[in-house]
Amino acid sequence: MKRGDLSNLAWGAALLVLAALLPLTGDGYLISLGVTIAMYTVLATSWALFSGPTHYISLATAAFFGVGTYVTGAGIDHLPYWTLLPIAAVVGGVLAALVGLATLRLSGVYFVIFTLGLAEMTRQVVTWYQNKTGHKGTYVLTDLTDNDIYWQLVALAGLVFLIGWAVGRSRLGFALRIIGDDEDVARHVGINTALSKVALFIVSGAVAAVVGAIIAPRYVYIEPSTAFTPMLSFQVVIMALLGGTGRLWGPLVGVIPFTLLWEAISSSFPNQTTLLLGLSFLAIVYLLPGGFVGLWDRVKHRSARRRALA
Amino acid sequence: MKRRTFFKATTLLAASLVAGAAMAADPIIVGAVAPKTGPLAGGAAVTHWPNIALWVKEVNERGGLTVGGEQRMLEVIEYDDQTNPAETIKAVQRLATQDDADIILAPYSTGLNLAAAPIFDRLGFPQITSSAATDQIGELSAQFNDMFFLLGRSSDLAEDAVEVLAELREAGEIGNRVAMVNVADAFGIELAAVGKPALEAAGFELVYETSYPLGTPDLSPIMKAAKAAEPDAFVAWSYPPDTFGLTEQAMIEELNVKAFYTAVATAFPAYGGRFGAAAEGVMGIGGVNTASPAFQDYAARLEAATGSKPDYWASGMMYASLQILEEAIETTGTLDMAEVTQFIKDNSFETVMGTIDFDDENNNTAYWTVGQWQGGEFKGIKETGREGAVAPILKTGWE
Repeated sequence: MKRGDLSNLAWGAALLVLAALLPLTGDGYLISLGVTIAMYTVLATSWALFSGPTHYISLATAAFFGVGTYVTGAGIDHLPYWTLLPIAAVVGGVLAALVGLATLRLSGVYFVIFTLGLAEMTRQVVTWYQNKTGHKGTYVLTDLTDNDIYWQLVALAGLVFLIGWAVGRSRLGFALRIIGDDEDVARHVGINTALSKVALFIVSGAVAAVVGAIIAPRYVYIEPSTAFTPMLSFQVVIMALLGGTGRLWGPLVGVIPFTLLWEAISSSFPNQTTLLLGLSFLAIVYLLPGGFVGLWDRVKHRSARRRALA
Repeated sequence: MKRRTFFKATTLLAASLVAGAAMAADPIIVGAVAPKTGPLAGGAAVTHWPNIALWVKEVNERGGLTVGGEQRMLEVIEYDDQTNPAETIKAVQRLATQDDADIILAPYSTGLNLAAAPIFDRLGFPQITSSAATDQIGELSAQFNDMFFLLGRSSDLAEDAVEVLAELREAGEIGNRVAMVNVADAFGIELAAVGKPALEAAGFELVYETSYPLGTPDLSPIMKAAKAAEPDAFVAWSYPPDTFGLTEQAMIEELNVKAFYTAVATAFPAYGGRFGAAAEGVMGIGGVNTASPAFQDYAARLEAATGSKPDYWASGMMYASLQILEEAIETTGTLDMAEVTQFIKDNSFETVMGTIDFDDENNNTAYWTVGQWQGGEFKGIKETGREGAVAPILKTGWE
């Protein structure tokens, strides 16, 4: 381990502890914003672990998230809450493995469309099962407060960053970057491309399922339409791209401004929220093609060049 | 008096006058959050938002609510939750802490109300739900002490529909053969899960039974198959789009049944508007006492103020929830929500839907369960303790 690594880890841990202190403010509004930011940080970062290096755009986040909420919804009356999170991880991971093995041989737009359909398909399977068994509403009544949910999400974020950091330094991470640059080359140099991609897809699916399982008590009443909302998948992609996927911290710097922007728009223009959000999306894509990370790299690059000239 | 003192005195006087005027005009901030976009925006636009507009307009025309001997105007802050529970929670939180709302109105629909229950509970606002149908009222009110339920238990809605059919059969008006379909989505599944065993227990013969996904555009195969089974009664645990779609197909296929029931949205004025005379005899969820002068007066005021007609199910209950809140605040003379909540628990209220009295589980036990289009109005035919139910009529064709 290099010295730079150690200091990075220390910095990460310090920021995480700082983030965990938010509920001490006792401000309910800040905490509810914090829950949103923590939730999307985990989702976008784990999304970028897979999609960042490989350039496979996955719209399956809602499928895994929804499966996670239903793990909690179905299990809360029978099992202790804490056992549901690892179960959600396993269920999400298995679903990702199945989907990954079947589809990661697809490339480009075929993969995108498939993942978009996956959320809807999962929703229909859940609905079909409820319809078959004569289901009477899924309630998750617990004593968990927003604080508890926030801390769980921050802890999960820490775990995701750790995984991302470890993967980035491993042979697997190196293999994924080669796949992202040119999949044919990767195959020719002997990388098992399918296996590498599936491995990371499983991580990202399992994490999204755990997020769903953590959020379920917040919704109290679980409906397919809210658990599997396709909006979630798009928001995660947009936030991750706004931040930039080239760095582990990229999605984080996308999530925070985006959540605040969303909040500002929905509180100031409650009747035009959707319209203004659409305009913001356009502006982001048009003005910040590489996200904040790209901007940062450009600025750094330019100042380095200026220094070289001087 | 020295000039300086005089100057001081006048500024002080002016300042206190300004402050006094500001205090008298200090409005009561009413927070409202419900869908303006997303899947439930259409329902909220009929059932939820117009009632808030009417209530605020009328209260302010009277000069405001009297709190502690002082009349204060209402000022509404509205947020769109985009039919997303996370946004509902965030908006309620924002209303309480950023906008310093004095009152926060319960959101719209079962799902969004339940998502908001923990935050209402923590903030200590009474949450008088008027569009949440659930079977977990006991559990919910035990955990969230300030949560009230006006619309009733969801099981009653399905069980009473079956009871209406059973009574028609006992009277020898209809036969024993029932075709039952349901939309495969949350509430449709829940109603079917209660309705099917109820039909079987009542000794009906299910001659046709199927379900269809939410958003199915072509319902004609379903209606063709139902017709081929030659039922005496047709029951659909349906949602707004398919309630309309199934009725349309029944007209096209000339489904010849004496009892025709579709669930959610049958009570919407748009249903009567769309099908006109063909709607005569169609039964559905909800109902009101359309002969009640209080309801007629409310309907006329709502239409005059907002241009929107009330639906014949939850609209009146939504307005009743505002009346209850208003009476509780004015009688206790305070905006202390703990006191207001206690008052709501301890008292009964005269509303446009009749007297409302909450039981130990904060539940209004008297509500409408089944209604029927009769003479251009959707009249209540079955209730759990409301006055004014009319006798059901038989469906005679689609002309």
